Amino acid sequence: MTDQLFDALIELADDNLVLGHRLSEWCGHAPMLEEDLALANLALDLVGTARALYSLAAEVEGKGRTEDDLAYLRVEREYRNLLLVERPNGDFGHTILRQFYFAAFMEPFWSAAAAGSSDARIRAIAAKAAKEMAYHLRHSGEWVVRLGDGTDESHRRMVAAVDALHHYTDELFVASPAAEAMAGAGVLPRREAMRAEWDRLVGQVLAEAGLTAPDVPWPQIGGREGLHGEELGHMLAEMQYLQRAYPGATW
Amino acid sequence: MYSQGLIGADGRTEESPEFLEAFQRRIDAEEKIEPKDPMPAGYRRTLVRQIGQHAHSEIVGMLPEGNWITRAPTLKRKAALLAKVQDEGGHGLYLYAAAETLGVSREEMTEELLAGKAKYSSIFNYPTLSWADIGAIGWLVDGAAIMNQIPLCRCSYGPYSRAMIRICKEESFHQRQGYEIMLTLCRGTPEQKAMAQDALNRWWWPSLMMFGPHDKDSAHTEQSMKWKIKRFTNDQLRQKFIDATVPQAEFLGLTIPDPELRWNPDKNDGRGGYDHGPIDWDEFWRVVKGHGRMNRDRLAARRKAHDEGAWVREAALAHARKRKARAMAAE
Repeated sequence: MTDQLFDALIELADDNLVLGHRLSEWCGHAPMLEEDLALANLALDLVGTARALYSLAAEVEGKGRTEDDLAYLRVEREYRNLLLVERPNGDFGHTILRQFYFAAFMEPFWSAAAAGSSDARIRAIAAKAAKEMAYHLRHSGEWVVRLGDGTDESHRRMVAAVDALHHYTDELFVASPAAEAMAGAGVLPRREAMRAEWDRLVGQVLAEAGLTAPDVPWPQIGGREGLHGEELGHMLAEMQYLQRAYPGATW
Repeated sequence: MYSQGLIGADGRTEESPEFLEAFQRRIDAEEKIEPKDPMPAGYRRTLVRQIGQHAHSEIVGMLPEGNWITRAPTLKRKAALLAKVQDEGGHGLYLYAAAETLGVSREEMTEELLAGKAKYSSIFNYPTLSWADIGAIGWLVDGAAIMNQIPLCRCSYGPYSRAMIRICKEESFHQRQGYEIMLTLCRGTPEQKAMAQDALNRWWWPSLMMFGPHDKDSAHTEQSMKWKIKRFTNDQLRQKFIDATVPQAEFLGLTIPDPELRWNPDKNDGRGGYDHGPIDWDEFWRVVKGHGRMNRDRLAARRKAHDEGAWVREAALAHARKRKARAMAAE
């Protein structure tokens, strides 16, 4: 049970950190100043949630590891994040669609956890994250509509973004053995249970944006087993550089 | 973060002596000048230039520190740095808004920056080469900026002074955060301490240059002080900064890279202060004129963000127009 709770928390923490890191790559380079501030906010929310989850995982594990040990001293095969969140930023349209797909899952997920988790510590993390995800969902959803229903160019770019990212979305609903065990124990919501709400939210926004979800004959799945794309290793090499170059130093 | 060293202000003005005298009486009575109030053209021009340079400095200043967000060594440092750089973007936003009250648009100011016509604080044309640079920038660059900005909270122009009050609160938090990074490094491994010393060596002199040329070479200080846009001269502020910073470096166990630095008990009207060695003004002007290590890269990064964001801004406008048209058609 403890091992499985640890594993399930790590999966969620990795999702949040990897996506938060990706968003932080935008800082100073966004299409407009307002969006620079907004993307940094989203990144801060995600990094904050990741920290809370890693800390809880470290506590559950009870081996004296810290949030930073978990974030900075695991290699890519040990990272358990969804493939969706590690996708490179691409253009602003890719970034915002990736955010929308993720938030459309996490908002209902955290809301359910806040209301129903048997673990008070998870309820507390979930309650804060659910509020943040409601904002991420609104912000990214509005942009998907604006860009899909903007100019010819923005529409074309959003069609390309949907084409590039949609086949990573099925993985949102896949439960690892740890996630399955935690759902069975009432600690975390069942991932598959978010499907109807995700379909509704995504269907509504894509329709308003004039975009169509493609058929996905072969979804991309594997992050929960540490089977990633090639980009994650580069991201971690950059993120972990100081901890790796100066082992044991305090920062 | 930003300091003075307002570059190329043009305070010339052509109003009647009566108008200028009436304006000066308001200034001398410490009245705040508000956007719709009559003001000399030179006053307006000087402020547009200064607030614009200040806003651009905040925006360009996001780049050197942004360079380390993805490599911050802990999650706590990563979040703090991201929040700091975000604060700077926020400062840029309210400074552009303050400048807009003087009749210049953010788009115009941005065009000037991207065209290489508008100046920004030259300090950002130096590269951030190690994590210690993030500490040194917070400690020294934000520290220098605060020295300049606290008096700006009393600037005669209302919108600028109010923006500065908010900005100063955040900057002093940044400065403490930067110093704390330095302290952690100096109490860490020998490699970390060497990293901190190297950062101090590289950032010390450019930080002193942030206050601008010596008073005897500063053409516009006098008029700006008369109009109470500035409250202290460049050299006064630089001296305050040095006197405050030297003991902080001693506490860290670091050496200020100036062999001529020494305590002079007669300085500051007998209260004592530090004498310092000569500042390399050739370097200052070289970087101001665009020939620092990072000038081209900084502008290129701003232009790239602007160009690559054009389709997004156009789409947002196009969508807003479509919505409006649909709403009208539905009525």
